[in-house]
Amino acid sequence: MGNFDKKIETFLNVFIDGGGYKTVIEGLKNTLLIAILGLLLGIVIGTLIAAVRVLPKYKTLPKVLNGICSVYVGFFRGTPMVVQLLVFYYVLLPLLGIRMDSVTVATWVFGLNSGAYISEIMRGGILSVDPGQMEGGRSVGLSYSTTMLRIVIPQAVKNILPTMGNEFIALIKETSVVSFVGATDLYVAFNNMGSSSYEFMVPYLVMALIYIVLVLVISLLIKLLERSLRKSDRNH
Amino acid sequence: MIETINLNKSFGSLHVLKDINIKIEKGEKVVIVGPSGSGKSTFLRCLNCMEDPTSGQVIFNGVDIADMSVNINIHRQKMGMVFQHFNLFNNKTVIENIMLAPVYVEKKKRRAGIRQKLFGKQPAEPIKSVKEIKAQAHAQAMELLARIGLQDKADVYPSLLSGGQKQRVAIVRSLAMQPDVILFDEPTSALDPEMVGEVLELMKDLANQGMTMVVVTHEMGFAREVATRVIFMDEGRILEENNPKDFFEHPQNPRLKDFLSKVL
Ligand SMILES: Nc1ncnc2c1ncn2[C@@H]1O[C@H](COP(=O)(O)OP(=O)(O)O)[C@@H](O)[C@H]1O
Ligand SMILES: [Mg+2]
Repeated sequence: MGNFDKKIETFLNVFIDGGGYKTVIEGLKNTLLIAILGLLLGIVIGTLIAAVRVLPKYKTLPKVLNGICSVYVGFFRGTPMVVQLLVFYYVLLPLLGIRMDSVTVATWVFGLNSGAYISEIMRGGILSVDPGQMEGGRSVGLSYSTTMLRIVIPQAVKNILPTMGNEFIALIKETSVVSFVGATDLYVAFNNMGSSSYEFMVPYLVMALIYIVLVLVISLLIKLLERSLRKSDRNH
Repeated sequence: MIETINLNKSFGSLHVLKDINIKIEKGEKVVIVGPSGSGKSTFLRCLNCMEDPTSGQVIFNGVDIADMSVNINIHRQKMGMVFQHFNLFNNKTVIENIMLAPVYVEKKKRRAGIRQKLFGKQPAEPIKSVKEIKAQAHAQAMELLARIGLQDKADVYPSLLSGGQKQRVAIVRSLAMQPDVILFDEPTSALDPEMVGEVLELMKDLANQGMTMVVVTHEMGFAREVATRVIFMDEGRILEENNPKDFFEHPQNPRLKDFLSKVL
């Protein structure tokens, strides 16, 4: 470790003078963009799928929808994210003749992928809500979907918030796979710096640090959110 | 007001209700008693189609609501239900609990009115603004809360209420829809003994004001005092029905005699 000072100096050289910070900012922006938009998309998709999956199944339409959802969830949970990304970017979109930049593709794939996971989390959350809540809503004449939306899902969301936080953190960490389709994320930014200076130790350390800070900040935000949502359990 | 015709309900191979025929008139207070597992809850839940009858009809205000093609929500608005475990909305404050359904219904009417206007038709009722709708529902909810002396609890969440308070809020929540009938499924069974009285008082109040009520309960005192008719249910059948006096003093069916000897 005697030459650690020198390594730091080399890093600062590429980071500041070599303009490495610009790539890092770009990478950080992409990482957050993909993870946040992906999560939002995932929440919408996941909630819809979960709502379909808890539907009473004595009619044909719910059965068919449920089948479609099962296949969807099976595909996205059964294959690695990298594979999904590569298939979308190099196979599916070219076949359909759609041009999209790699960050947009990554955002969609992350959304579709986390939608599958979130649907399972959300389904568990919905099933954890006392069935009496649905009955209370139906008994005053609210429809199934209105009761679901206004009464059951808000309570389900509260129950699954910690798990959702973990899902978000997992997404942040997984964004490193977007380098496979040529997008710049945190990993790519620091890797570039390492390659250009033949010195990887400090860049990777700083990268790890940034990831840790990100995750800590997110955990904190989730704690705060949870606390504000818990107000219905507390003495006002 | 409510009539069931050959009402049957099975859960899988378990035949719970067997050919129930009953007619409940406006203003009646029908109390249903019977051993646990005899199908009382299931019967009540078939009346508002919370459980779909396996066969038979449930005629409510002239409409067979067991028919899957009717919009059950509209009919349920006129048929309140009070549960053993209250089922207040945990994510809503007390006043929101009471306002939710009335606001929802009025907003629906508003949208229908606006649609009619768009197509150049005269809406059936004047279109209210959302603000008006909420103000009216709020005023009504406060009135209902005043009636049970819980105005100061308007903005708290149900988790802070005692069992008796929860059940009274649940009762006025159903009243907010101005129902034609209210179904009660063991409304005092989950309460601590000292809170049973306040709920029964409120129910007697409603009875005195002419509300049509169907009540499943183990409170024989309430049955004697309030019921216009008492029904004994056992193994999915109505074995005896009578006015409370004769029901309790001159039971005919041996099963009922046996049941009464245990509960009285
Ligand atoms: N959702 C259900 N699924 C299966 N069996 C049920 C269901 N609800 C009630 N039962 C059964 O139906 C019978 C009657 O139940 P219930 O109507 O709750 O009786 P009571 O209210 O008189 O105690 C019981 O044997 C009960 O186990
Ligand atoms: Mg019961």
